[in-house]
Amino acid sequence: MNDTEQTGPSGPYPPTEAMLAKPVPQDEQDRTAAELRAAWEPPKGWRYPTAVNNSEVGLWYALTAFGFMLLAGVLALVMRLQLMVPDNDLISADRFNQFFTMHGSAMMFLFAVPMFEAIAILILPAFLGGRDMPFPRLSAFGFWCFVIGGVFVMGSLLFDAAPTAGWFMYPPLATQDEGPGSDIWLLGLSFIEIASIAAAVELIVGALKCRPPGMRVNIMPLYAWYVLVVGGMILFAFPPLIAGDFLFELERSFDWPFFDPTRGGDPMLWQHLFWIFGHPEVYIVFLPSIAIAAMVIPTVARRPIVGYSWIVLSAVGTGFLSFGLWVHHMFTTGFPNISLGFFSAASEAVVIPTGIQLFAFAATLIAGRVKMSLPMLWIAGALAIFTAGGLTGVMLAIAPFNWQVHDTYFIVAHLHYTLFGGMVFPVIAGVYYFYPFIRKKMLSERLGRWAFWLIFTGFNVTFLPMHLTGLLGMPRRVFTYPEAAGWGWLNMISTLGAFVIAAGFAVFVWDLLRPKGDQKEVPRNPWDAGTLEWSHDVPAEYWGARSIPHVTSRYPLWDDPKLVERMDAGRYYLPGSPHGHRETLVTSVIDASPELAQRVTGPTWITLWAAGFTGGAFIFPTFHMYPSAIVSGAFAVVCILYWLWTSTARPPEHGMRDAGLGLSLPTYASGPKAVGWWAVWITMLGDATAFASVVFGFFFYWTAKPDFPPEGAMHAAPAPVGLAVLALALSWALTLGARHWNRAGRVGAARAALIAAPLLAAGGVAALIRSVQHLEPTAHVYPAIIWALMVWVVAHAAVGIIMQLYCLAGSLTGKLTPRFDADLWNITLVWHFLCLTVLVACAVIGLAPEVL
Amino acid sequence: MKRTANGHHTARSSGRAGRVGPGMVLIVPTLLAGCDGRQSVLSPGGADARVLGDLFWVMLVGAVILWLLVNGLFFYVTRINRAALSRRFANGLIVVGGVVFPTVVLGALLTYGLSIMPDQRAPGEGLTLRVTGEQWWWRVEYWPDGADAPIVAANEIRLPAGQRSEVVLNAGRVIHSFWIPALGGKMDMFPGRETRMSLKPEAPGTWRGQCAEFCGASHALMAFEVVAMPPDDFTAWLDAQAASAAPPATEAGARGARIFAREGCGACHAVRGTDARGAVGPDLTHVGGRLSLGAGTLGTTLEDFQTWIAHTGEIKPEVEMPSYDYLADADLADLAAYLKGLE
Repeated sequence: MNDTEQTGPSGPYPPTEAMLAKPVPQDEQDRTAAELRAAWEPPKGWRYPTAVNNSEVGLWYALTAFGFMLLAGVLALVMRLQLMVPDNDLISADRFNQFFTMHGSAMMFLFAVPMFEAIAILILPAFLGGRDMPFPRLSAFGFWCFVIGGVFVMGSLLFDAAPTAGWFMYPPLATQDEGPGSDIWLLGLSFIEIASIAAAVELIVGALKCRPPGMRVNIMPLYAWYVLVVGGMILFAFPPLIAGDFLFELERSFDWPFFDPTRGGDPMLWQHLFWIFGHPEVYIVFLPSIAIAAMVIPTVARRPIVGYSWIVLSAVGTGFLSFGLWVHHMFTTGFPNISLGFFSAASEAVVIPTGIQLFAFAATLIAGRVKMSLPMLWIAGALAIFTAGGLTGVMLAIAPFNWQVHDTYFIVAHLHYTLFGGMVFPVIAGVYYFYPFIRKKMLSERLGRWAFWLIFTGFNVTFLPMHLTGLLGMPRRVFTYPEAAGWGWLNMISTLGAFVIAAGFAVFVWDLLRPKGDQKEVPRNPWDAGTLEWSHDVPAEYWGARSIPHVTSRYPLWDDPKLVERMDAGRYYLPGSPHGHRETLVTSVIDASPELAQRVTGPTWITLWAAGFTGGAFIFPTFHMYPSAIVSGAFAVVCILYWLWTSTARPPEHGMRDAGLGLSLPTYASGPKAVGWWAVWITMLGDATAFASVVFGFFFYWTAKPDFPPEGAMHAAPAPVGLAVLALALSWALTLGARHWNRAGRVGAARAALIAAPLLAAGGVAALIRSVQHLEPTAHVYPAIIWALMVWVVAHAAVGIIMQLYCLAGSLTGKLTPRFDADLWNITLVWHFLCLTVLVACAVIGLAPEVL
Repeated sequence: MKRTANGHHTARSSGRAGRVGPGMVLIVPTLLAGCDGRQSVLSPGGADARVLGDLFWVMLVGAVILWLLVNGLFFYVTRINRAALSRRFANGLIVVGGVVFPTVVLGALLTYGLSIMPDQRAPGEGLTLRVTGEQWWWRVEYWPDGADAPIVAANEIRLPAGQRSEVVLNAGRVIHSFWIPALGGKMDMFPGRETRMSLKPEAPGTWRGQCAEFCGASHALMAFEVVAMPPDDFTAWLDAQAASAAPPATEAGARGARIFAREGCGACHAVRGTDARGAVGPDLTHVGGRLSLGAGTLGTTLEDFQTWIAHTGEIKPEVEMPSYDYLADADLADLAAYLKGLE
């Protein structure tokens, strides 16, 4: 390869009708189909767990999340039995507290969010006429992390060691908790949160860069819009919680007093960080389920959605607003009335985008000719339940009313109305709707109706009375109550209802799992829908789209009757795989013009190894086994490096590829044209958010605590801080220089820079550690937060050093060349963020004594 | 072991409890039956709770009407008239139903709902209570206007009726929340930080309050009795509370006092006027005059005292006080007699 070789797409685009009408010879069709089949076949037998196809990983993900949901549901049933009668002693207080903590934690972290990711991984590529997600191994890695973390956290119940402080883990209760329960929660779920962020990164890149040619952003399926919004929300909502977990675990493990009021800490910081995560979390759960409704409703109405732009704007608006409401979970913590009024109004404001979405659905049904179906029955049930939950939400947002019912069964009722209506029912509607796409069979109409009416009735019997139970004064999270309180009959009704819900789920699970071998295969498009996923192959093929179509409308199957036939014939893009590689098409962000034939990764064991060792790095510290954790973490790094080295950004054998329809596309890209660069950029946004949350902690203490810093406190040594800034900034400049010199063909200079840069970075790290060494982090929150910032920077710089050495090794072995330099672009991007992190952290550490 | 709940029902507030909110007419009778309760938002006995009760009924009526409208619309278009209707109507629906209508309704609701805030929790008119949430009981101090030392009590709140009393809240180790539904909204209690509220019972009455923030194993068993008394009675009661404990009046009581000293109870509990000066657990100077034991968990018969002392840990999981189950029944009876006598 040399630099003068063409690097951009060439050939006619967009395709003309004449080009599309030209038939594809049968032998070519057969040949390309065979190529694709061979490339995309998932491994069989004992190697099956190495599969990375989105159809497999998505399905495992969904089934695992559903399994955790059933387990968490069983916990709820036991709790309902305990509360069925007053003064009951079926289970002990401690076990009850473990159960309610795990019920909430599992439903949120092991079911609701992973289920969104599972469904999106499973069907997003099909909506976009794609082959797979852009980073299949990352999906698989995320899934295995999720399984390990989930089993670890849920498994603690079997050892009577589960967390007991509630899913919100408020300190000081949770920090003082004896035994490993709180650590299991913090480390196990942080591990899963990181997997969630990985999935979010992949979904955002998938929706932005892996759409079919011609599918401009304004015609992409609403589901993809929702994925984009929710992915973005995960990216900004989870990091504050991860930052909180970081501080919390430092307090648990090393007694750094971030939340201990006796040493300058403040439990309110956790409440802020938790709810800055926790409120968007509600919409992270709700929006993807609304997205399913947005796909089902046009099919039912047999017409395109009415108010597409309204819905998109509302989804984006909900996403933004959801970050401004967190204080309504803290209305009883003693904020001044002015703050309460502001957050009351902001909380009510979210009704408007939600209302627009619901009325747009109503408008579609009005303007269309409705053909009811089983999925629509579930959507209708969802609506009935969700509107009730929404209306109690309107009540709760009024701060003074909230003072009465906060932390009572009224809230339990409200949140279950919003989550059943806003998540469980739409997801089940989605299961009925997409089942023929996933399994090529139908679920039973009769069993589906039984399940619906059992769950719908049981739900209302359980949760409607809880509004009254709460108003009569029953607090949440109580393991028992006295007979004289008069709550017995209401609790009895709720318990009976809970078992009706369970019966409904039993019917649903039976329908889902019962053998359907004798059922004949479904027609390809059983609901007469208009979106691309219904061009799927029956019987199943693993290649996603047979050929990736050129799309010009929101409902291509309705608007272009020849489309499916042409896809099947391999008339469109990437119809075969001449070199046996898995590939998918990468297009531009706004108007989806083809840019790249991206090679994607295939089956491997390495993701399982990497997930296992990463799990060890999180799980060992729970039992204070730090050396084992460090060893496990080192192995995880090695596995991930091996994975990246062997399968990503390798110089291709063929620089260009005939993509079909006369279009020739490059097979390698670096910088902003590469999906990897986008993934790094998005990941770093999340990382920067987490860092910002730690810095927020510093300023929170500064503004909220009069003794911050305490009288006569020692500060970080200014000279070493300055030295650290200098060394790390220089390391960044050399990394940037290496990229330029490498591009310009001055490979020697680039290598020299990549040798000097990590040395400087290591020197900077040493200086920074030196600057705070004389401070005692257990004494007060001021030295503790300075140490925390130092640890954050040092850990990131260590990753930055590994990246520089990785590129140096790449350059020396020919993996990284002046033309194929994606790795160097990506690590430079990381170093931009790292440099910013260093500047901010050192400004806070070094300048604080001057300012305070 | 079964807990015997405190079934104390005295002097239920009658006064203005019958006044109904504007929405009452639409409520089904069964709901009405359920509204009665000593811990109920729906049978207010305090000025603040009454305003919030009215707010609830107004919002409930509005919510029911809106729910019927929205779901009626969906029912109509999916079940009754499935034909394609006007596209213009559909577009208009998004703007009117999604934007205009909610903006108007929410604007009105916010104006009404937030306008009641300044009067809620207005500054107190004399008496200040300092309540500290402990695991799992309530440390209560009464500071009458101008007092320079508190009158210490525990696990019960008494208030003068018709007056607004200031309540300053704090917590020992973990966060709790102070809530008397019949008198007003709740307020969280934090270690290392003070929060405040105020309460104004409208007429004499007894209610029940409970911790509303999850605070550990026995969160469910952290309640208290609330008594509003005519102001003169209250003053008299407070004077009595300020006094030291009277010496035991019976032989059994005197034996009990010796057992109390022998078992070291005074290391944790204070009985003013004796050597018992502990501050780890509730002040017991006038424990015999209270309406409940174990923070709203048991009644106050001699039997309840004995059960509590012998089975503390079984009744209240993870409580710090050890169970004195090794004491002979006779000793327990004497101890109960002593404590019950501390009125």
